[in-house]
Amino acid sequence: MHRKRRDFLTLVSVMAAAGLLPAGLARAEAWNKAAFGAKNMDDLLKVLGAGAPQLSTDVVLVAPEIAENGAVVPIEIESKLVDTQSIAILIEKNPNILTAIFEIPSGTLPWLQTRVKMAETCNVYVLVKASGKFFYAAKEIKVTLGGCGG
Amino acid sequence: MGSPMRIRTKLQGDVAQVRVLMSHPMETGLRKDADGKLVPAHFIELATFTYKGRTVLSTQWGPAVSRNPYLSFKFSGAAKGEKILISWVDNEGDSRTDEAIIE
Repeated sequence: MHRKRRDFLTLVSVMAAAGLLPAGLARAEAWNKAAFGAKNMDDLLKVLGAGAPQLSTDVVLVAPEIAENGAVVPIEIESKLVDTQSIAILIEKNPNILTAIFEIPSGTLPWLQTRVKMAETCNVYVLVKASGKFFYAAKEIKVTLGGCGG
Repeated sequence: MGSPMRIRTKLQGDVAQVRVLMSHPMETGLRKDADGKLVPAHFIELATFTYKGRTVLSTQWGPAVSRNPYLSFKFSGAAKGEKILISWVDNEGDSRTDEAIIE
């Protein structure tokens, strides 16, 4: 498995050098392993450089009060903050708190819908980086059937 | 790997709404199969969305994104007939790129 990944990364860099990759893959962005491995909120916020994020009503999280199926919880997020740079989804009681990070380039609206897994009833946080500072909103979502594993 | 992504677009003025349904098991590594064995973690780590050579969205995912990931987002400066490219790379080094025409 590791050899396959090494071979792939070598292939990617060779292809990138030859100009053969679609723009998206050529950049070979790093996956933030430390952030995705964080097991508690303090560690995660530290790794993300998020310090003490401010609660903000300009960060809007739309999600059901009760998720029938913890494996597929629909989430809609909007940031009304000027210069929104990134949006992250944090699920407090999941085995690993960080679920996803979305980098929002200029010209892209700070709005998205996606579906996530929740292990159990807990708070879902949306952490937004805007103008270099961090803001958040939270909502408790009740889960009737947990969605992370067995 | 997997089947093609299903991509739908809707243009309002110059803002394109993109809806994509990807095909991927997004295994957390915590699930046990019918024989009681742990199914290894297998999930998309990076997904990148480009339009006319510019990145319109770039994402890092963990295994808590639902199986067969669904995502909808909007970007401006879009025009009918142009292409959006969606690429992903997973934790096993597999990757896939699909494209759609903005309509």
